[in-house]
Amino acid sequence: MSNTDLSNEETKLSHATLPRGAQWLVGVAAVALGGLALVLGMGIVGAAVIGLLGFLIGYPLWALLVENRRSATDKLVTGLVWTAFAVAVIPLIWLVYTVVSRGAATLSPEFLTYSMRSVTGDEQGGLYHALMGTLIVTGIAAVISIPIGIMTAIYLIEYGKGNRLAKTITFLVDVMTGIPSIVAGLFAFALFTLLVGPGTRFGFGGGVALSLLMIPTVVRSTEEMLKLVPDDLREAAYALGVPKWRTITKMVLPTAIGGIVTGVVLSISRVIGETAPLLVASGFNPNLNTSPFEDSPMMTVPVFIYTQLSEATAKGVEYAWGGALVLFILVMVLNLIARIVGTIFAPKTGR
Amino acid sequence: MTVAADPGADPGVDTKSELSGRGSMGDVVFRGIAVIAATLIMVALAAVFIFLGIEGIPGFSVDEQHYAGQGSFLGLVVPLLYATMYAAVLALIVAVPFSVAIALFISHYAPRRIATPVAYVIDLLAAVPSVVFGLWGAVVLGPYLVPTHAWLSENLAWLPFFDGQPSGNGRTLFTASIVLAVMILPIITSICREVFAQTPRLHEEAALALGATRWEMVRYAVFPYARSGMVSAVMLGLGRALGETMAIAMIVSPKVLISLFIIGTNNPETIAAHIAQGYKESTPDRLSVLIATGLVLFAFTFLVNALARWIVARGRAK
Repeated sequence: MSNTDLSNEETKLSHATLPRGAQWLVGVAAVALGGLALVLGMGIVGAAVIGLLGFLIGYPLWALLVENRRSATDKLVTGLVWTAFAVAVIPLIWLVYTVVSRGAATLSPEFLTYSMRSVTGDEQGGLYHALMGTLIVTGIAAVISIPIGIMTAIYLIEYGKGNRLAKTITFLVDVMTGIPSIVAGLFAFALFTLLVGPGTRFGFGGGVALSLLMIPTVVRSTEEMLKLVPDDLREAAYALGVPKWRTITKMVLPTAIGGIVTGVVLSISRVIGETAPLLVASGFNPNLNTSPFEDSPMMTVPVFIYTQLSEATAKGVEYAWGGALVLFILVMVLNLIARIVGTIFAPKTGR
Repeated sequence: MTVAADPGADPGVDTKSELSGRGSMGDVVFRGIAVIAATLIMVALAAVFIFLGIEGIPGFSVDEQHYAGQGSFLGLVVPLLYATMYAAVLALIVAVPFSVAIALFISHYAPRRIATPVAYVIDLLAAVPSVVFGLWGAVVLGPYLVPTHAWLSENLAWLPFFDGQPSGNGRTLFTASIVLAVMILPIITSICREVFAQTPRLHEEAALALGATRWEMVRYAVFPYARSGMVSAVMLGLGRALGETMAIAMIVSPKVLISLFIIGTNNPETIAAHIAQGYKESTPDRLSVLIATGLVLFAFTFLVNALARWIVARGRAK
């Protein structure tokens, strides 16, 4: 689109551009600006902000002077996008650093093997009871959720395929995904209040509450994996006269098993850190309790962290950090297992 | 994604098993188990409503003393619902620009070598338990932000949010909504990222071929395509923020009140935090009030999520 009355320089096909590596030049200048601010006593955060602003203003400004407004906007947005990423990583690093450094100070063999039974003042206590509780409650949730979740996914993919029941179930799984975790806890509490008696808080109740949160994630991830199994495999099996259920158990599930296990482990890591439902449904107990069906509260690590923090003592905060590190390690180990399982089994379909 | 040519498959298998006579028993049993599992989900969800209803509905009208000094159920639930919305919206205001920018970073700006680990790190953020976030917010971030609180109340007091005596320990709704924002950031980011990545390659290349800068390409090719997906991502983030308990319960020392002020010692209390605070409660009447407020929260998040899904469905139909 060239107009004849345009002036000479505008009809040129190319226009002035910033020199190559301009962003590095501006970057160095911005760092220098930040350094100057630091020397002038702005503090490390203030200096970083000054340097960043210098870059975010300086780079587009240069582009505006040399190139044009559109290019300047582009440079500004690119700068903002990179900044957003950098800023968002800060809380993560900060969080991991504090949890590890402050938790490591508390973590000791005693901390892991003592319960809080009649611990007062500065006496040594620990989270053994909470750790056992977490393992038991999460185990119960897994035992309930995994079969139901996987079988539901099998129904949705292998049998239902778009009929009305399958559509309803898909919708309900969506609804379940959106249940606030504390409502799941209230449900388990209400259920066992009616079945057992008022004010019942025990391990199994916590397990039921967690399974309500876990089932939808198991269904979702299993569904995704089953969808990836090629139909050729199923049709080949049918053609050989294999019954449908044998096809599913011998062909479809083994093909998808890696992804399914990954999804299940990830869903366990999601619920193991849930606090609110356990607070309501399995309660608070300073003693070790390993029987989930007995009508007495069962302590869990997240609840341990919460109650230790609300003690509002120096020791309470210390123990809370110890608990946080233990929980963090549990979650990370589960994530690592999920990733390893994923990489071991994943390439199968590709080959 | 392969779409199965299934209409034929199911009856086909049935006739086959009739012919062979073998396996039909196994088929019936296996299918039966699958149907039962699927139906169990329906039963579970119905049970949630029924049991919350049975235990919660009496909570709408019990003796006044059980409403935490508010006199009636409405008097209690309206401020709680207001605070729930308020905290969630504050978190969204912080989280949405960051989420969209990070999603763009992963899908369009970062080199592939960086984009994959960044996506993984953001997912890691989602794996951190909420109670750890709460602890961090209460013990580390809150005290760190005390000077910020003082600055805000000195310089921005003309805004109703900052007009008043700032808190001395930073355990305020201001800190809590930042933590809440960090917690909902991964979910919004991951959905936006997927939607952005689905923009037709040809649209993007056409924009670039017309001489658009990268930002213009994003603005005129990616955003219009991704609009409904972004809206639903925000709504799902809102749903998550509404139900989040621990960040608020651990960081702030809340009171049942309606107020815009977010940096003081008295902060409006959300429904979830209100329930969590009463976790040792055992008076049946008080418990049924708590369950009733839980029912309100459930209904509310359900509406928000349903709206999000409706927007997605409408976007897809177009």
